Amino acid sequence: MSHRELDDMLGRKWRKPHFVTNPVLRWSLIFGFIAYLIAAFMTIEVDWGRVYEGLDRGWQFILAFTRPDFISRAGDIWGGLLESIVMTVAASVVGILISIPIGLGAARNIAPLPVYMICRGIVAISRALQEIIVAILLVAIFGFGPLAGFLTLSFATIGFLSKLLAEDIESMDKVQAEAIRASGAKWMQWINYGVQPQVMPRLIGLSIYRVDINFRESAILGLVGAGGIGATLNTAFDRYEYDTAAAILILIIGIVMMLEYLSGVIRARVQ
Amino acid sequence: MGLSHCRVRGLLMLRLQKLTKTYKTGDQALKAIDLEVPKGQVLALIGPSGAGKSTMIRCINRLVEPTSGAVMLDDTDLTKLGPGALRRARREMGMIFQEYALVERLTVMENVLSGRLGYVGFWRSFLRRYPQSDVDEAFRLLDRVGLLHMADKRADELSGGQRQRVGICRALIQNPKLLLVDEPTASLDPKTSRQIMRLITELCRERGLAAIINIHDVALAQMFVPRIVGLRFGEIVFDGVPVALTPEKLTEIYGEEDWEATIEAVDDDEDVEAAQ
Repeated sequence: MSHRELDDMLGRKWRKPHFVTNPVLRWSLIFGFIAYLIAAFMTIEVDWGRVYEGLDRGWQFILAFTRPDFISRAGDIWGGLLESIVMTVAASVVGILISIPIGLGAARNIAPLPVYMICRGIVAISRALQEIIVAILLVAIFGFGPLAGFLTLSFATIGFLSKLLAEDIESMDKVQAEAIRASGAKWMQWINYGVQPQVMPRLIGLSIYRVDINFRESAILGLVGAGGIGATLNTAFDRYEYDTAAAILILIIGIVMMLEYLSGVIRARVQ
Repeated sequence: MGLSHCRVRGLLMLRLQKLTKTYKTGDQALKAIDLEVPKGQVLALIGPSGAGKSTMIRCINRLVEPTSGAVMLDDTDLTKLGPGALRRARREMGMIFQEYALVERLTVMENVLSGRLGYVGFWRSFLRRYPQSDVDEAFRLLDRVGLLHMADKRADELSGGQRQRVGICRALIQNPKLLLVDEPTASLDPKTSRQIMRLITELCRERGLAAIINIHDVALAQMFVPRIVGLRFGEIVFDGVPVALTPEKLTEIYGEEDWEATIEAVDDDEDVEAAQ
């Protein structure tokens, strides 16, 4: 019986089944998307005259990089950098410390449902609010300066780290943790022996990555008055001091690259 | 059948009474299991995949919550215990796992000592400052299984057989009354499987430990274990000594198949063992 079915199949062409089986639906989705893309591009207006003028200004800015001025505003730059580093370190430490319990609570496989809902809620709020928006709000509350920046970065770190830590815990090897539970361990011991060793490398890797992000963010937050090197950069732009701005950008790029290298080295060592 | 002639005179270690587990999906993994294990007896639990072997031993230490029935360890009904009392009861039951279940990124010594977690406080365990008696016992056990030189290696550097030996040490350092062993040889080669089974049964004899060993390798069970319980669709369909496990009985447990070869293989194996 099955033999006759095989005879029917032999000689027939074979293709991988399509993701969308209905051909009408499939082709209308494809053409619809292309049509939308074309229409979307057509709505973006380009003022070529303005671009021509702007090219010159952009060129000035790029030229400034050939003669960056670290000297005339050295005091401001140094102060801004220090402020950014302080904000980065403080916000990362505080953010990471708060993220760990929230990350544990946001992992469905170890937290009871009510705790899970609350922690996921905190993560969702932190992730929904973009740093700049939070910073504007906090500057309104606490005034200009690094305090607002520090709080913004701490808040953003929580959303980032808790979520990724929770996901790592959710994908951990269940039996390793089960074995610790079977020995009669208390909850804290269970976390310390059964869960922590499994997620530690990723937690360290993510924390270092977050330090990196926090430093870059601290350069942006200054634009809305939340202190740091961003404030110095903003002032430089306002005064059309492109050479000073270039110097600041070079410093930011240098520090970010250094952090990137450092995090690579550390992550390779903790695996 | 068969239960009486393999029951050792003396007290019962474990008694399951109408132990039932129904999963949320409606699957009845265990259907009112009654089973008695005397002190110091090692029994093998055989049966096809999905028969409920793993569920049964996990219902005993409540890694899986039984739906109904009682699990009497000595005179305590484990199913009635609150969280704290359950943790204390779990110290009395060592567990050995199929995929070893060592914490991969901890050292061999940390893995062995984790068997003492039920006895030491959080800060002691967090700082890895175990009482000297625990440390000495860990060294003794590692020496017994031939892994003393590996004490400070990370668990993921070990081979399968070595990992299972560490798993055995972790279970024994709890100083348990009962060992729950879940497919100890499923991920091991035939030679290592025998060594591990021999080690487990020897250690049980040395320490007068009762043990329930889930195992799908019938020949291996017959070779090392004096009492065999067959499970099918969550019910006990065989309980007796290894020689009573005839082709008819195996068919009852596993379904229709030619069993003569399996049984012959056991005899051959014994010859090989004897020749070595």
